[in-house]
Amino acid sequence: MTATLDPPRTSEQLEARTGKGSHLWGGRVFAGLSYGSGILIVLVLAAVAVFLVIQAWPALTATHEQLDEISWFRSESLLGYVGPLVFGTVLASVLALALAVPVSIGIALFISHYAPRRLAQGLGYLVDLLAAVPSVVYGLWGALWLIVVLDPVMSWLSSALGFIPLFAGYQAPAKNVLTAGIVLAVMILPIITAVAREVFLQTPVLHEEASLALGATRWEMIRMAVLPFGRPGVISAAMLGLGRALGETMAVLMVISPGLLFSFFLLKPGQHQTIAANIAAQFPEASGLSVSVLIATGLALFVITFAVNFIARAIVARRKDFSGAN
Amino acid sequence: MVTLSLERQIEARRLPTWAPWATAGGALAVSVVVGLLGSGPSVAGVVVLAVVLYAVVLYAASRAVEGPRRATDRLASILVTSAFALAMIPLVSLVWIVVSRGVRLFGIAFLTTDMVGIFGDMTEGGAVHAIVGTLLVTGAAAVISIPIGLLTAIYLVEYGRGPLARAITFLVDVMTGIPSIVAGLFAFALFTLILGPAYRAGIMGAVALAVLMTPVVVRSVEEMLRLVPNELREASFALGVPKWLTIVKVVLRTAMAGIVTGIMLAIARVIGETAPLLITVGQLNQMNWDLFDGRMMTLPVFAYRQYAQGGVGIDRAWAAALTLILIVMALNLVARLVSRYFAPKAR
Repeated sequence: MTATLDPPRTSEQLEARTGKGSHLWGGRVFAGLSYGSGILIVLVLAAVAVFLVIQAWPALTATHEQLDEISWFRSESLLGYVGPLVFGTVLASVLALALAVPVSIGIALFISHYAPRRLAQGLGYLVDLLAAVPSVVYGLWGALWLIVVLDPVMSWLSSALGFIPLFAGYQAPAKNVLTAGIVLAVMILPIITAVAREVFLQTPVLHEEASLALGATRWEMIRMAVLPFGRPGVISAAMLGLGRALGETMAVLMVISPGLLFSFFLLKPGQHQTIAANIAAQFPEASGLSVSVLIATGLALFVITFAVNFIARAIVARRKDFSGAN
Repeated sequence: MVTLSLERQIEARRLPTWAPWATAGGALAVSVVVGLLGSGPSVAGVVVLAVVLYAVVLYAASRAVEGPRRATDRLASILVTSAFALAMIPLVSLVWIVVSRGVRLFGIAFLTTDMVGIFGDMTEGGAVHAIVGTLLVTGAAAVISIPIGLLTAIYLVEYGRGPLARAITFLVDVMTGIPSIVAGLFAFALFTLILGPAYRAGIMGAVALAVLMTPVVVRSVEEMLRLVPNELREASFALGVPKWLTIVKVVLRTAMAGIVTGIMLAIARVIGETAPLLITVGQLNQMNWDLFDGRMMTLPVFAYRQYAQGGVGIDRAWAAALTLILIVMALNLVARLVSRYFAPKAR
């Protein structure tokens, strides 16, 4: 025991005893590797943008005559082709968001404040299961089950509220943008619920108890203590869900009957198409310039989702400083 | 005496505890009767009507007896609970239909044969080539993204300070939102630019999946590493252990269960991705073991192609969906078990 306490006489001895030389080397390699990985991730993100631009360039610079040679290209210009796709993408996603956000807030409140404590975690897990289902299975479910179930609902909607242009002109089967929106809503439900649940659970217990002690009912406590506290979280959760919905491919591809129109007829088939579903539908048979056109639409999708996610994350990051949690 | 009368007053202004149950029973009975009298009862219609009736009647009764504040409270409870019930409809119907339709063709034969020589209405044939393809592509994606994700998380937690670390954290968050089809386009653009426009291989799909998987791995590993108490690191430093050995032997080892869970959940998330594989790896009717040469079939694409083909293909699509869900659920289950049984015990 005492032998090890002998002070080392030379630096060589010290290095021999602690193995410091190899450790320094190991530390440097390890730090370098982890630093490099961090940089690599940023580079990959940049590379996604760069490679998409490179491959889309022929389409961005192509003349009208060149674009006309593509069999499915029937627009005046590239912008005229991307426009309706962007419209369809945004419409389907906004519908999904409008359906999913109120339900998600309800579920999150149910799990955080209404369900019995013992059940809450298990119920939360049930909702998370929805996130584990692959998108192609949602596509099958939407195309072979939901469309059949929605048929009577939508024909009723069209006959009862058909005087509003939004709901006019339903045709069975329900391969329309509203059905796609419903499937997308189910798919983004888990992520919105998960984030909202987390923020609701972070509400300072003292706020809740103070509010209850002042005689508030449970709902008043939620409205005055929980919801104001959770608002930034819910907003960013909704935007994350929007980002998901914008880029979702298979469910839309399998459910919707495509069309390239600026149309608000939610129940009419053959009116809308989303960017992602359009790429998946056309890409396997595409070659040459048509590949470039599709990649150009993909670039547009990338820019839109990047912006949405960027804003969502920025809101979270900014509000974090002001939230009462810390 | 004063307090007693006050208590009585408060009690008198509450609905009795049996009131909600009675209202529920009444609402259900009325809606069944309406259903029978109307255009034939459908379960969904009766349930919706019953819930609406229940909410309206209970709100009115509560408002009359207890006042508007308690009535609103009751209404909010009903709405919140029905939101949860609403979310269970897709889950239950999805599981039910996948299992009931999937078992028609699901079985040993489906799991052990490929689609060579299968045409028309033949119900033979299976998805073994697709299962192998999915495992190969996802495995390759995991091999690419686990080291990168792990090391990035270590950088962010142990080394990263200042604007660069903040930027990486932020960009990783943004990257989790990249649409899967854009990741597929990126892999396609990358490989065709380098290896020519005709190149197709499983590795393209693996790169696309890795782009989707890496940020998920970073996030979950980062969270786990942040849970490791600083006292452990300091104790290790105090014993003269260098930083990198502390990370490898103390930090990673403590967080191992959580890291494994996070990685398995990340794999479960990308294994069902369809769109990026549809546009990069393509499809094939037979087995292809070579990740670097030629098209490959994967399970999600198999399900989609069989669905698009129609006829008996739809049954095959359901069987493939069932296989896929079983794989995903198994991954999820194992991940939860790992985190439950291998997590370091607190004290």
